[in-house]
Amino acid sequence: MMTLKVNGHDHQIDADPDTPLLYVLRNDLELNAAKFGCGLGQCGSCTVIVDGKAVLSCVTPLLLLEGKQVTTLEGLGSIEAPAPIQRAFMEEQAAQCGYCIAGMMMRAQALLQKNPKPTDEQIRAELEPHLCRCGTHMRILRAVHRAIRLMDTADAASAGNRSAQ
Amino acid sequence: MNAAVILDRRRVLAGGGALIVSFSLSDAFAQDQSPPPAAPAPSPPGSLKGAPFLDSWIRIDADGSITVFTGKVELGQGFKTAFQQIAAEELDVPFQSLKVITADTRRTANEGYTSGSHSMQDSGTAIQNAAAQVRELLVAEAARRLDLPADNFRTGNGAVISPNGQRLGYGDLVAADMLHVQAQAKSKLKDPSTFKVMGQPVPRVDIPAKVTGGAAYVQDMRLPGMVHARVVRPPSYGAQLADCDTSAVEKLPGVVKVVRDGNFLAVVAKKEFQAIRAMNALTAVAKWRETPSLPKQDDLLHVLTSLPSQDSTIFQQSNPSAVGQKTIEATYTRPYQAHGSIGPSCAVAQSVNDAMTVWTHTQGVYPDRQGIAQMLRVPPASVRCIHVEGSGCYGHNGADDAAADAALIARELPGLPVRVQWTREQEHAWEPFGPAMVTKLKASLDGNGAISDWNFEVWSNTHSMRPGGAGSMLAAQHMAQPFAVPAPKPLPLPEGGGDRNAIPIYKFPNAHVVHHFIPAMPVRISAMRALGAYHNVFSIESFMDELAVAAGADPVEFRLKHLGDSRGRDVINRAAQGFGWRKGQKAPTDRGYGFAFARYKNLAAYCAIATEVEVNRETGRPRLVRAVAAVDSGQVVNPDGLINQIEGAIVQSMSWTLYENVTFDDTRITSIDWQTYPILRFNAVPDSIEVHIINRPGQPFLGSGETGQGPAAASIANAIANATGKRLRNLPLTRKRIKDAIDA
Repeated sequence: MMTLKVNGHDHQIDADPDTPLLYVLRNDLELNAAKFGCGLGQCGSCTVIVDGKAVLSCVTPLLLLEGKQVTTLEGLGSIEAPAPIQRAFMEEQAAQCGYCIAGMMMRAQALLQKNPKPTDEQIRAELEPHLCRCGTHMRILRAVHRAIRLMDTADAASAGNRSAQ
Repeated sequence: MNAAVILDRRRVLAGGGALIVSFSLSDAFAQDQSPPPAAPAPSPPGSLKGAPFLDSWIRIDADGSITVFTGKVELGQGFKTAFQQIAAEELDVPFQSLKVITADTRRTANEGYTSGSHSMQDSGTAIQNAAAQVRELLVAEAARRLDLPADNFRTGNGAVISPNGQRLGYGDLVAADMLHVQAQAKSKLKDPSTFKVMGQPVPRVDIPAKVTGGAAYVQDMRLPGMVHARVVRPPSYGAQLADCDTSAVEKLPGVVKVVRDGNFLAVVAKKEFQAIRAMNALTAVAKWRETPSLPKQDDLLHVLTSLPSQDSTIFQQSNPSAVGQKTIEATYTRPYQAHGSIGPSCAVAQSVNDAMTVWTHTQGVYPDRQGIAQMLRVPPASVRCIHVEGSGCYGHNGADDAAADAALIARELPGLPVRVQWTREQEHAWEPFGPAMVTKLKASLDGNGAISDWNFEVWSNTHSMRPGGAGSMLAAQHMAQPFAVPAPKPLPLPEGGGDRNAIPIYKFPNAHVVHHFIPAMPVRISAMRALGAYHNVFSIESFMDELAVAAGADPVEFRLKHLGDSRGRDVINRAAQGFGWRKGQKAPTDRGYGFAFARYKNLAAYCAIATEVEVNRETGRPRLVRAVAAVDSGQVVNPDGLINQIEGAIVQSMSWTLYENVTFDDTRITSIDWQTYPILRFNAVPDSIEVHIINRPGQPFLGSGETGQGPAAASIANAIANATGKRLRNLPLTRKRIKDAIDA
């Protein structure tokens, strides 16, 4: 048994310590977003955020996650209350089959948390570990740019709210 | 009371078109009342031909809720949304008030495969006409109840509205078997100028769940008590399992069962990572006898043209008065290429009281059911296949094989839902690849720089080994009592397989097109997006550029000179205009401009693509800078969905064209992951892609999912030739090949 912190909640996990995080998220915690794509760290479909950094959950064993904060796409927002990055992907219709998209979004989210105003070149470089087979790349890039604007607006709004209080 | 018209498949199937429902549509379909007695009755459009009952497509419940049924599947192309738009439009109901159910052998019509860019024209057309006819039935029923002529009734927001404004809800109007009638040949379709939902960029219904972690794929299914299976595939085609002591594996933590049936080997465990561990252990103890059987990967030109072939002239045009003065020839090759789905194939199966249910991302639930039933040696009625989305497939990937795997394993564990997940390496090694191809072209120019004769020969396997029979599925091939791989057949024209788009759309006075169909399949192959059209269009459109250069003509002008089809001409002009194509233009240093055009299958959507490519002369590395496409897919249903398809086609085709090549030694496939089978990554994504739609209101839907593949390939090849002065004819156009050509 170990304690795993996912999306702000502690979970008691009964799995071997070398179990890749991906299977714990998908099966023990029944979270869908992180996807199995290769199990080899080659495609990015399984990407989640651990302590602010994008991590390939298919090659990250449970034992490395003690005391760390894991965030999955489910932790950012919901269908009813989507986070800026989720809204951006919906508004740009940035998916075809969508299988790779959750991983892309998590990498982009980690980037924007660290650097809220990346250049197009920086976004492309950051997404380099990620594969998309449908060829949705142009829309993915547009969605990340839209997310930058939405986050900016959201920040401005919440700053406004704070100062109003 | 539930007055829903419940679709009863058995009854519908028993009817089989022979069941005559005496229902008068005299008011609604006056124009069809008196067909000439001798002529055969015209059949209704699209897939209504095979499934003519309106309630196979549309169900209205007493509470007014509406369900639309399609036998096609959502593969990420956005059909579910497009079908919902079509039905909402013709039924005159709000878009959100409908639900679309996709392929399920218990619930939907048999529409075969979701392939060949047929969904809009087959299912979309059926839904459009069924919806229009249902609407007319509802109007007729309202008129009957109010004892008024139907002429002045209108519909809106899910109700029929009488001339004096009285509203009768669809749910109140529909009763018993009212929609269980055969479709008429003609429908009163809405005037396209009044469309409110069709033609709008309605957001896709599947995207919100996909970007918020909703359960969206078969991979996301979790049934109560579900166990996890992994298959241990042979290391190579035809390998025999010589020895396998499974006793140690059976004792591993969580292992429920090891399944062995001849060369079919699998392990089932309670938890997924336990299954993976057991699979690795089982792989280690399985001893296989392998036979070297693969051809020389680096000499496919010779391999393919040397294999026995069935040759047929598929097009012949002769005009002796046209005489050529200058003749050129060229040979083009395409390697085996992989679908390379990002999510490896997956399926869930459960056997309960001898009834097998399989949840699968197959493209064809009915053919899959037939194959699985045959493999299990049970009647098809005892198998149900339900489509659940998977990762994009772009043709026949491992989906059907995974479905068969799951069924074979689930049979051994009655009651337990079994989830089979393929590994990355299994998907790469075992999926049926897009076939390698060779084309040889020869043409002459007359004194005016026009093509006087055209010769085109293509060598290819079939482009579909999809199930129907069990023998197409790996599990059935590997069982102790195996099913033989069915004899391959060339796919018939006009759509064709290896000869898809082999017949030129251009008009030449003399033309001769030969299809060399190769029955022997040294490498496992099947349908991949665009089938033979990818290579044939690449060849034709590359060669058109070679001829334009030989004629000293502008490539766009040269195409227009040989093209009569006015919609084709419009598409070419639109793409050229959008790109800023100018006759005699020169690209900046180390850049080139390319152009290509095709009408998919010569009967589906038109697509022209202009590209700008930059080539690094030091490394040979090409980069697509920008692409401008124009597309005519008839009446547009969802413009944003169409643009998404064309954008994707350009990017995916670029990846095939510049990088992709299945590799193998004499025994094994050696491109087994993303390191050994590299595809496009973000560093190669262009600066921009622009797609211009030429909408054709009221015209039939023309499938557009595959129309971009060939033109994108040729446009990029032409731009590389324009940039470097060197013509590359062997796919993929790799950095090394470009560098070697520059240095030669």
